[in-house]
Amino acid sequence: MTAAGSPQGVAARSRRTVQLERRLDVPRWLPYLATLGAVAFALLVSAMILAAVGGDPIRSYLHIVDSAFGDIGVISDTMVKATPLILTGLACALAFRMRLWNIGAEGQLLMGAWGASAVVLVPLLPPGAPALVVIPAMTLAGFAAGALWGFIPGLLKARLAMNEIIATLMLNYVAALWIAFWVFGPWSEGGFQLTAQFPREAWLPRLTDLAAQVPALGGLTVHLGLAFALVAAVALWFILRRSRWGYEIRLTGDSPPAARYAGIDIARNTIAIFMISGGLAGLAGMAEVSGVVHRLQQAISPGYGFTAIIVAYIARFNPLGVIVAAILFGALILAGREIQPAGVPGMIQGIVLFSLIASEVVLRYRIRLVRG
Amino acid sequence: MTSDGSTAPLAIELRGIVKRFPGVVANDGVDFDLRPGEVHALLGENGAGKSTLMNIVAGLYRPDEGEMRVDGRPVRFRSPRDAIAAGLGMIHQHFALVPSQTVTENVLLGLDRPRFLLGLAKHDEEMAALAAGLGLKVDPRAKVWQLSVGEQQRVEVLKMLYRGAHVLIMDEPTAVLAPQEVDELFRTLRAMTASGRSIVFISHKLAEVLAIADRITVMRRGRVTASGIAAAGTSKGDLARLMVGREVLGSVERTMFRPGAVVLSMRDVHAENDKGLPALRGVSLDVRAGEILGIAGVAGNGQSELAQVVTGLRPFLGRIEIAGDVAERRSARDAIRRGVAHVPEDRTGVGSAPNLSITDNLIMKAYREAPIAHGWVIDVSAARRMAESLKDEYSIAAPSIDTLARLLSGGNLQRLILAREIESKPSLLVAVQPTRGLDVGAIEAVHRLLMARREAGAATILISEDLDEILGLSDRVAVIYEGLILGTFDVAEADVQELGLLMTGGTGGLPLEVAPILPGVPGA
Repeated sequence: MTAAGSPQGVAARSRRTVQLERRLDVPRWLPYLATLGAVAFALLVSAMILAAVGGDPIRSYLHIVDSAFGDIGVISDTMVKATPLILTGLACALAFRMRLWNIGAEGQLLMGAWGASAVVLVPLLPPGAPALVVIPAMTLAGFAAGALWGFIPGLLKARLAMNEIIATLMLNYVAALWIAFWVFGPWSEGGFQLTAQFPREAWLPRLTDLAAQVPALGGLTVHLGLAFALVAAVALWFILRRSRWGYEIRLTGDSPPAARYAGIDIARNTIAIFMISGGLAGLAGMAEVSGVVHRLQQAISPGYGFTAIIVAYIARFNPLGVIVAAILFGALILAGREIQPAGVPGMIQGIVLFSLIASEVVLRYRIRLVRG
Repeated sequence: MTSDGSTAPLAIELRGIVKRFPGVVANDGVDFDLRPGEVHALLGENGAGKSTLMNIVAGLYRPDEGEMRVDGRPVRFRSPRDAIAAGLGMIHQHFALVPSQTVTENVLLGLDRPRFLLGLAKHDEEMAALAAGLGLKVDPRAKVWQLSVGEQQRVEVLKMLYRGAHVLIMDEPTAVLAPQEVDELFRTLRAMTASGRSIVFISHKLAEVLAIADRITVMRRGRVTASGIAAAGTSKGDLARLMVGREVLGSVERTMFRPGAVVLSMRDVHAENDKGLPALRGVSLDVRAGEILGIAGVAGNGQSELAQVVTGLRPFLGRIEIAGDVAERRSARDAIRRGVAHVPEDRTGVGSAPNLSITDNLIMKAYREAPIAHGWVIDVSAARRMAESLKDEYSIAAPSIDTLARLLSGGNLQRLILAREIESKPSLLVAVQPTRGLDVGAIEAVHRLLMARREAGAATILISEDLDEILGLSDRVAVIYEGLILGTFDVAEADVQELGLLMTGGTGGLPLEVAPILPGVPGA
């Protein structure tokens, strides 16, 4: 009656438009393809930027590959970089599985490094204790300190529904300042902002330590932390896939109301997940001080705990996928330094993350070009 | 072009509409026409393509093929805005209203004018006049959260009329209404057609369609099985056959009522809703083994909270005994352990995990114990065996037990939930809206499963807004209103009119002590 008089319908025109249609079913292979596609796209965009500023992208990429995987020596170096990334990546992937956005892996790593150092520097063990005692003690202390740093936001989330993103992010700064306090103050070595080097008993065994028996291993700095990381990944994969607890995590991650309906104690699981997540990141910190730096210092981590977020995303929160993604990013960190100390590697990482997030659209929607 | 030879152009004319979704053809060459001033019912089971067709008309989807004319002119809509501009307004099952704003504010929301100053008082009068013209009872100054569901629906109608809609498409408008509210809606619809507007009435309820429609179009599996037949002279049986494609049994057979011991006993139970307002205000109930107790009531009168309290999902004050055991721990885990099964109202949000497989969804209640659990590890092959056998037994139609739950149709998802809950051999089954939104075939299956549990001696609480369903299945029926049980009847003695009156807060002439209604909440 009212608006009927005017011809309001849009007349037929031939124009192509993009239309998004909700996907009802996601083929099993699509997430992998989307991930690969996103990484490839990111590398392409990065190459264009490199070219635009006068670089040679092909040579740069070849150089990256060569300096990360060119020989056994650099592969070992790549693995050294990948070790903390696997552990922190697992920390993130586990928490993200239950939709707990723990972005405090960096702080938890630092606390783990501090906990492990405390065993040597307080010292918590009598001097001259054998490596067989010191290493397990440091491992335990590193895990515990990281777990404590996860427990705080976990408890706040579970009991007071506090936003875990804010809590974990802020605790990163607290942890960094905590480390600074100890390396500038009580544990400072002659006024420098680092501690004394740990005794040999506190060093994680490296392949190069076996060079006396097998000369070929000389110079390979890959350490036992890599084994920790791989074992942790497989264990976590098994727990998530096969255990009752893993089922609870998957269920809670997909639908908290359904989990409550199934009688699952979400608060308890939230705290537990945060503690294990923090513990894994703490283990990364322990592995860094004990396996690489052999002392506590301010610059323990070039942001492993943040890169871990991207690693977990690329792996789509799959623990075994984390291994692959971490090696990729380990290579990028290692080789990136060869290209440019700052800038390019960070840029590539950032573009990869953005491309990955954008690729979610492909998983949710079918994109069609339509006429009309 | 008009099929009946009259000179007035058709309000809507659809020819050969095809709409494909991945794996399904939702509309397969559908013709439909709406004459000015008529109520045209679009009848069909869920998934028949009714909503898809009307979403195309309302500009939400674009057809893959086919033509559409409005008032004789060809149109092609790019968005709902285009459809509204052409005078077509659709009212969806889920209302799009802002609870904290007034009726007038909600109606004005999203319009270009008034641009800066609202001038609410002026618009309030305008709304009141528009509403009064059609006998719509709405207070323009009331906040939406204060309104009953029926009143909110009227706000949606008002919204469309204010935007100049001369065609109103209503998607299952009676699903959320009490019987009296349905009568009122029908009066409104007639007033609108009398003023020259036309209405498309989407439904799968035969009685309603026959009561309100001038003509009926029936759809089945994306195709039209009867096009624009006159409602007069058509029977329920005819429609059911057109809709389902086979003869439909009327009601479920039931055996003698042989109640056993009291399984659930509630005494003076109080609980709050999610907003912290009183939702249950002293509920006392007994449910015995081998009995189905129906809880009748209009949505939002405490039914959901009642179910949650019994199943341990909501804290309460008062006393709840399950099988003679006082339920103190009040956790869902505890309720599960006591043999309380729960078919929740929200199938996709609560009753299932959409992105987990059928198997994972079926073990939701059983994963803690043998044979599914071996200590802390889940025996995947045992879980899969159980899933395979339940999938067959309860005829869950899906490609495999690895299919994700969100890909199941409503009926199949409900079968999955019932399979899981019934398989736990519960002593008490709480079923909330177990057949809402399901098609005739699925409803029959659900009803049969509930009856089978009753035969097996389970106590059942059946919460439903469908009075026919309650009367068809229950042994006794209790009416809930504003968190109070206003009366309990043997179903054989229950009178529909009386129940309907109680459901909306009237006492039905019964000498009942009714507690005062909450201050600030206007009684419906």
